[in-house]
Amino acid sequence: MSDMRKVVIDPLIDNNPITLQMLGICSALAVTTALLPALLMCAALISVTALSAAAISLIRNRIPNNIRIIVQMTIIASLVILTDQLLRAYAFETSKQLSVFVGLIITNCIVLGRAEAFAMKNPVGVSFLDGLGNGLGYSLILIAVATLRELFGAGTLLGYPILELTQDGGWYQANGLMLLPPSAFFIIGLLIWVIRSWRTQQVEDPDYQIHEVHRTDVY
Amino acid sequence: MEAYVNLFIKAAFVENLALAFFLGMCTFLAVSKRVETAIGLGIAVVVVQTITVPMNYLIYAYLLAPGALAWAGLAEVDLSFLGLVSYIGVIAALVQILEMTLDRYVPKLYNALGIFLPLITVNCAILGGTLFMVERHYDFGESVVYGIGSGAGWAIALIALAGIREKLKYSDVPNGLQGLGITFIIVGLMSLGFMGFSGIQL
Repeated sequence: MSDMRKVVIDPLIDNNPITLQMLGICSALAVTTALLPALLMCAALISVTALSAAAISLIRNRIPNNIRIIVQMTIIASLVILTDQLLRAYAFETSKQLSVFVGLIITNCIVLGRAEAFAMKNPVGVSFLDGLGNGLGYSLILIAVATLRELFGAGTLLGYPILELTQDGGWYQANGLMLLPPSAFFIIGLLIWVIRSWRTQQVEDPDYQIHEVHRTDVY
Repeated sequence: MEAYVNLFIKAAFVENLALAFFLGMCTFLAVSKRVETAIGLGIAVVVVQTITVPMNYLIYAYLLAPGALAWAGLAEVDLSFLGLVSYIGVIAALVQILEMTLDRYVPKLYNALGIFLPLITVNCAILGGTLFMVERHYDFGESVVYGIGSGAGWAIALIALAGIREKLKYSDVPNGLQGLGITFIIVGLMSLGFMGFSGIQL
């Protein structure tokens, strides 16, 4: 049982897909200008990752090795189409905001990466949980970034005003930069810094070490 | 003609796929350690993007769009929900064909591109270019220009980042920021720079 829990909990901080495995960054940044689309994106991604991991693991022994990528892509693409149609049916306005990014879940490296690395070798239940865990790890970063950007960029959360803006007679001067693409990079970079200061084993070795110069003092 | 030049500038600089839409980030961060490999991958992306976007345009316009099957007497059929599967299929097939053709006729280029060629299939910049083309209703000429422009923009950003990272090796970065962290911050600064192009029109 503790194994199962580890499979779900591990990807949240210790082996986070975005900050450590460098997977799925593509879509993580574009949909984070406001919290609502980010939440929908997370829901879509979690369901695709978990279900595709389960489906691929179910037929893992029957997939011929040399065409496995195509088989995996087809399964993932079908699930993404399903999700896309559901979003269009029940959350049309937000799905317009997400624009092409729901479709891009297909090429989101988290989905294919976990299918290749985990679901091809493990039974259905664990694969499902692994997909779920990695989806949640991705969502954690996405929600953190979206919260920061919406709160400081527009003074709202989920559309409700939290910080009163100066143009409405309040005290908070909205920071327009937060709504522009560069801020997403900065926030993720800083988040990585925070996580790695806390979990120091994640720190990468520098490519090039500047040697300390030891001087013998001569008097 | 002017409209095409304008679209090219817009696709390559103002709406740079990597720096404004965050597409192809995984490869972008992973392959930007050395300038030479970055140039190889950049060329491969431009080639694939230039072929796939117009190709997917033809598939969308003559097979999938609502009413597109009118030439076969099936005017009321709407297959647009099959879009995603078809586009990724086309991309995967094209990359495979390109790989075999290059191997047969231009082995030099094939060897230079190496592993990056198959990896392009899962590069979101390629699928993203196609999806933007469909969403913005480009016509055939526009989709050719958009393919070239967006591919070139992505390649420029990749090569520039690789250049910066080569120099960055010698700088003293705080421990927690080492590697991925500082790369994100640099990409943020580059994206800020590219925002200076916004509003440019010919």
